Amino acid sequence: TKLNFSSALEEERHVRANDRDYNERFSYADNRIKTAKYNVFTFLPINLFEQFQRFANAYFLVLLILQLIPEISSLSWFTTIVPLVLVLAITAVKDATDDYFRHKSDQQVNTRQSQVLIKGKLQNEKWMNVRVGDIIKLENNQFVAADLLLLSSSEPYGLCYIETAELDGETNLKVRQALTVTSDLGDDVAKLADFSGEVICEPPNNKLDKFTGTLCWKDNKYSLDNEKMLLRGCVLRNTEWCFGLVIFAGLQTKLMQNCGRTKFKRTSIDKLMNTLVLWIFGFLICMGIILAIGNTIWEQKVGSDFWEYLQWKELTINAVFSGFLTFWSYIIILNTVVPISLYVSVEVLRLGHSYFINWDRRMYYSRKDTPAEARTTTLNEELGQVEFIFSDKTGTLTQNIMVFNKCSINGKTYGDVYDEFGHKVDITEKTPCVDFSFNPLMDRKFRFHDSSLVEAIKLEEPLVQEFFRLLALCHTIMPEERNEGELVYQAQSPDEGALVTAARNFGFVFRSRTPETITLYEMGQAVTYQLLAILDFNNVRKRMSVIVRNPKGQLKLYSKGADTILFDRLDPSNEELMFTTSEHLNEFAGEGLRTLALAYKDLDEDVFDEWMKKLLFASTALDNREEKLGALYEEIEQGMLLLGATAIEDKLQEGVPETIACLTLANIKIWVLTGDKLETAMNIGYSCNMLRDDMNTVFIISGHTMLEVQQELSKDKFSSGLDMEKTELYSSDSVFEETIIAEYALIINGHSLAHALEADLEQILVDVACLCKTVICCRVTPLQKALVVELIKRHKRAVTLAIGDGANDVSMIKTAHIGVGISGQEGMQAVLASDYSFAQFRYLQRLLLVHGRWSYHRMCNFLCYFFYKNFAFTLVHFWYGFLCGFSAQTVYDQWFITLFNIVYTSLPVLAMGLFDQDVNEQYSLRFPNLYRPGQLNQLFNKRKFFTCTLQGVCTSFILFFIPYGAFMTAVRDDGAHISDQQTFAVTIATSLVIVVSVQIGLDTNYWTAVNHFFIWGSLAVYFAILFAMHSDGIFTIFPNQFPFIGTARNSLNQKIVWLVILLTTVVCIMPMVAVRFIKADLYPTQTDKVRLLQQATRKQGPQEQNLRRVRRTSSRRSAYAFAHQQGYGELITSGKNMKVPTSSTSTYPLSSPTRGLTGTSSASICKCFRHQKH
Amino acid sequence: MMASSYNAKDEDGHHPGSVGSGGPGAVKSKKPDNTAFKQQRLPAWQPILTAGTVLPAFFMIGLIFIPIGIGLLVTSNNIKEFEIDYTGVDMFSPCFNCSQSYSWNSTSACTCSVPFTLDQPFESNVFMYYGLSNFYQNHRRYVKSRDDSQLNGDKSSLLNPSKECEPYRTSDKKSIAPCGAIANSLFNDTLELFYIHPNGSRIAIHLVKTGIAWWTDKHVKFRNPGENNNNLSIVFQDTSKPVNWRKPVYELDPSDPDNNGFINEDFIVWMRTAALPTFRKLYRIIQKKKDNMTPTLPPGNYSLEVIYNYPVRSFDGRKRMILSTISWMGGKNPFLGIAYITVGSVCFFLGVVLLIIHHKYGNRNNNADIPN
Repeated sequence: TKLNFSSALEEERHVRANDRDYNERFSYADNRIKTAKYNVFTFLPINLFEQFQRFANAYFLVLLILQLIPEISSLSWFTTIVPLVLVLAITAVKDATDDYFRHKSDQQVNTRQSQVLIKGKLQNEKWMNVRVGDIIKLENNQFVAADLLLLSSSEPYGLCYIETAELDGETNLKVRQALTVTSDLGDDVAKLADFSGEVICEPPNNKLDKFTGTLCWKDNKYSLDNEKMLLRGCVLRNTEWCFGLVIFAGLQTKLMQNCGRTKFKRTSIDKLMNTLVLWIFGFLICMGIILAIGNTIWEQKVGSDFWEYLQWKELTINAVFSGFLTFWSYIIILNTVVPISLYVSVEVLRLGHSYFINWDRRMYYSRKDTPAEARTTTLNEELGQVEFIFSDKTGTLTQNIMVFNKCSINGKTYGDVYDEFGHKVDITEKTPCVDFSFNPLMDRKFRFHDSSLVEAIKLEEPLVQEFFRLLALCHTIMPEERNEGELVYQAQSPDEGALVTAARNFGFVFRSRTPETITLYEMGQAVTYQLLAILDFNNVRKRMSVIVRNPKGQLKLYSKGADTILFDRLDPSNEELMFTTSEHLNEFAGEGLRTLALAYKDLDEDVFDEWMKKLLFASTALDNREEKLGALYEEIEQGMLLLGATAIEDKLQEGVPETIACLTLANIKIWVLTGDKLETAMNIGYSCNMLRDDMNTVFIISGHTMLEVQQELSKDKFSSGLDMEKTELYSSDSVFEETIIAEYALIINGHSLAHALEADLEQILVDVACLCKTVICCRVTPLQKALVVELIKRHKRAVTLAIGDGANDVSMIKTAHIGVGISGQEGMQAVLASDYSFAQFRYLQRLLLVHGRWSYHRMCNFLCYFFYKNFAFTLVHFWYGFLCGFSAQTVYDQWFITLFNIVYTSLPVLAMGLFDQDVNEQYSLRFPNLYRPGQLNQLFNKRKFFTCTLQGVCTSFILFFIPYGAFMTAVRDDGAHISDQQTFAVTIATSLVIVVSVQIGLDTNYWTAVNHFFIWGSLAVYFAILFAMHSDGIFTIFPNQFPFIGTARNSLNQKIVWLVILLTTVVCIMPMVAVRFIKADLYPTQTDKVRLLQQATRKQGPQEQNLRRVRRTSSRRSAYAFAHQQGYGELITSGKNMKVPTSSTSTYPLSSPTRGLTGTSSASICKCFRHQKH
Repeated sequence: MMASSYNAKDEDGHHPGSVGSGGPGAVKSKKPDNTAFKQQRLPAWQPILTAGTVLPAFFMIGLIFIPIGIGLLVTSNNIKEFEIDYTGVDMFSPCFNCSQSYSWNSTSACTCSVPFTLDQPFESNVFMYYGLSNFYQNHRRYVKSRDDSQLNGDKSSLLNPSKECEPYRTSDKKSIAPCGAIANSLFNDTLELFYIHPNGSRIAIHLVKTGIAWWTDKHVKFRNPGENNNNLSIVFQDTSKPVNWRKPVYELDPSDPDNNGFINEDFIVWMRTAALPTFRKLYRIIQKKKDNMTPTLPPGNYSLEVIYNYPVRSFDGRKRMILSTISWMGGKNPFLGIAYITVGSVCFFLGVVLLIIHHKYGNRNNNADIPN
């Protein structure tokens, strides 16, 4: 899936700033993005070329040419050209509209404005006109236009902050820093215009977290790494402006290189259909050969004797040549077994199904005014066959909002709402919120429903106050106050932000900080605390503490952390409270909330001084500093007093656990692929009910080398060895796989995944992963997401669906059979790349279980019927061949052949294909296992195809031979003869139309008014056209085209003809009815049962089925594990991240240096600050 | 009873507060319309194949088809039909000599007389057919070898017939009228019927030669060119007769202008090509006697006088003369009756079998075991 355009040759990239002439020598890609396929002039040739690459279209073209040869033309040319032109036109119109929208979206991106430094001046330019080597200026909240080398920024030390959500899905800010030499250029346009550094770097590639290069300027060389790059797709945040040098543009940017190829997606039914058409084609040739041989023999044995009545024009023609011509004639006559209208009808059906998706009000999200949208119209039936769902986490499963939901203070819980009878009330949108208007500094978006907590605050209960004071003091957040009272918190983790915001609303407003102080507004009073120490968080400690001196001079230690850790360090007197709080924590965790325990401690001046000295000593230690510090922290965090606990909700999108549960019942496996941390991913796994405590084992694969990963994977295999042996013993694996699946979960991180995806290990990975009920991949890159999808596609031959919301999901969305984008969010990349888009994850349930299932059901029924119909229609000619000297004489009137597929029988089957519902939507959702047949390909496969074609062959046999038997000696009731060809044709045609109409009636489960209208209408139209074409009037105008004059009148007024039609119909239909009845009676499918149930309940009146709320039984997980990063305490106390010391209120946010930044995290930034400042 | 009922519009159900619907001035919401069509909630009839519908259907079909079949069979058996092969394959058959020495061009007619006996009286109108076997009137090249415009009296087609007629399109540089292989091979035997009275006298039976073609063919499809010109020989003067014909088309029945030229009924009947290689075509009608007391054809000895013109030996064909009475269902046709009885019995039997199967093994308690 790697995309390398011209870069295949490019070994090294040379970019000279402000020197377009130099850079143009290398013909680097410009910044224009082009996803559209055609333009106005190339549309017709390219589109026609593409269309004729379709086997069927080419086939019909050949047929058309054959029909123009008079010797073999057994049918008029119009029988083929009319449908062919129709097909080509409809497809072309559809392709054109699709491409038009691609043009529009390209246009929109390409014409975004950016400021480019041209000839010493800043000029506004469209994105597409930006060239490699240009220097462009970005402003706050702007999208980065291309991959840039950061030169300078408005912030000190050339720092700038970016949000990379579009790239990797992480929403926290990241920091980038320019080289000192370039950051000195500042925003001096003249200096920047003179800048003539040359960058030599790697060729374009798709590694988001790696960049190597050197900058040569003024005879100096500076090394460049990813820390100095701003990638396309990022957004500049909290930085007024910055300048950057374009290194990669357009398609060569890392974002685009990560997008993967746009592949033309085809459904499995499409592929099957193509195979079947080939088979049919083979079958057609076989029939042609049989008939041609028959013709040769006939010409030799009979035809030569029949000579005097029937001469050839050229006397030289011999029997073999006659057979050869007959072969082609029969190919033309029998071509209707591969009906061209099949392709048109399939397209129409899919288009209709897409509209139904667009129109569905239950997939419309009113809050964002976003309806669901089927962006591709060719994949609908595959929605009914999905086996694997690959889901992004942030923004897809979660809303990416942390909410302070509940708390327990001194043994009392707050956060639940009770009605007057003391019953717990479910919190909904309408539940009244607590009024925080007493607090002018409140955050208006904060909602809390339990008013008792505010009352407790107003009563000035000391422990409640202490609780919120702790929340306001013990954290590493940077506040930003642009205007008076307009506080913005820059939190490194959203959890912390939620806690501090809660404290803020409850009257303990964290307002500003300096390296040595923290200023709170406690119930309106400014109180400044001296910050003495931050005992920072790390993954082992799982807690953080601060030591402050309050204005009264008391020393306090405030600590928050994972409950298990904190409970071990409490004062023994707290045991009872600990017990109560522990119960509350269990309760919170059961609701899927992330919890933290809070504790405090009064410190003795002497003890503290002593400890502080040790700390200073330890912090200058050269070896084992970390351990020594840890031991010291441990020493002071003892004998604390428990305050309570908080519960934060990582807000899932509405209905996510229910949806996942429902989809799991439908036997769809859901894999979560996220760029997030392991702990976060696991937590979401628990709250979505994908991970449960009752699972046997949760395997975590996090090896760093190939060998480790292999061992870990095989270890898992070993531990499930017992089951594996069983599997081998019984080897009826499908059943056993099911029983095994119930128990395991696999969690694998990006590093390990990289190894596991290598050729040696991928088979093991697939095996292990498929034994697990839940698979979560964390810390994965966009490309890895695509590789995982690709892996499953390759190894499991299952239909995959990828769902995501950000640019980092694009590659996986494009790779999967079906890509779904969450719309209504900020970025549009995912939606633009997707096949379906809607606003909420939970709509997936409806998309698959209702729309997908229906589409699949309809498409399969449609195809079965279509093949049946055309075999029944066409093979009559085959039988007739044996009685007409294999002369390729048609049974039917030519007009009937032309109109049969497009007029007489197209609408009823279309109506069935559009409206049919075997089971209505409520029952589709209520019985998710109705989805199973789709996954197993049960409704249309090669076997089904054989059954329905066989049925068609039998029908054609009956259709021909019953009238044959009856007409051997038949005469009219006035003695005139009736066994003439035209009467025979009318009788068979009428029987055929009636038989296929009855058959579609049997196949239709859901007779809407439209179905009635089309079925009865088709019959009526058949008779109307029949009589019209056999009428005197039309004959007098075109005597040669309508030779059937009077046949309808003269044959359909005969009782015997109707008796033949009735007999034929009954003989064709009744065996089918019997077979279907027996099947449904003896071996009812799930669908049959549900239909019966549905009918039974419908009689009793409708009843609303509520999905049971999924009960979560998950263990307590500390919020502290999730998003925190070590090292911030040091940063704050050193003051390195504070802006110029003069303004203490305006500070800068910090980003978590995450995986991309290859270890050189903020610590190194700090070091460099230190050098510069001191 | 057909298990069915109308699916009333399901209640729209819980739609989370429709925030999007603003006032009349508000920006138009993208919320899809709530119509039954768009929401796929069209009221519908949802039939299911249940024992209650399928089994009665089988019994009904059985009960209806068997009587129909019996009726058809009885009717068919009551029809009197007599068939005689006069091809003359057999050395001892009267027409053997004629069949040996055939030529399209011979001017002298060969005649033969075939005696036969009717055992039963033929009542009412009796229809006389000629039957041909192994004659491929349904061969593609044969079927399309005609020009319907010409036969419809179109002047230009008369002189310039369609290419489809090749190689029977022109002869002697004149266009052939009627052109094509079908017309060229017109059946031209003449059949006459004599009743041999027990006293030895031969009584010619009057054969009606009109009213044998379909009305539409005679009056619409076939028309002589030059509508108002009664002198057909002038109308056809620039054309030539089909190669195999002895006389031109305007001499087919000189005695009756309404039965001459293209609208000659023998010709029209021949032009309506048969569907199968063995066929019969109506030749003459013997109308019933005015007094209903005597049968149209009393039992006794008859003689069929054949003017033998039409060669069929080369392709192993057979020529037959058929006399038949008819009923409401046409001629004798045992196939339909037997077929109806068979199908009816099979349906009834199937019904019984299905009933037993359903009773013994059928899953009548279907809904109990749906895993949720």
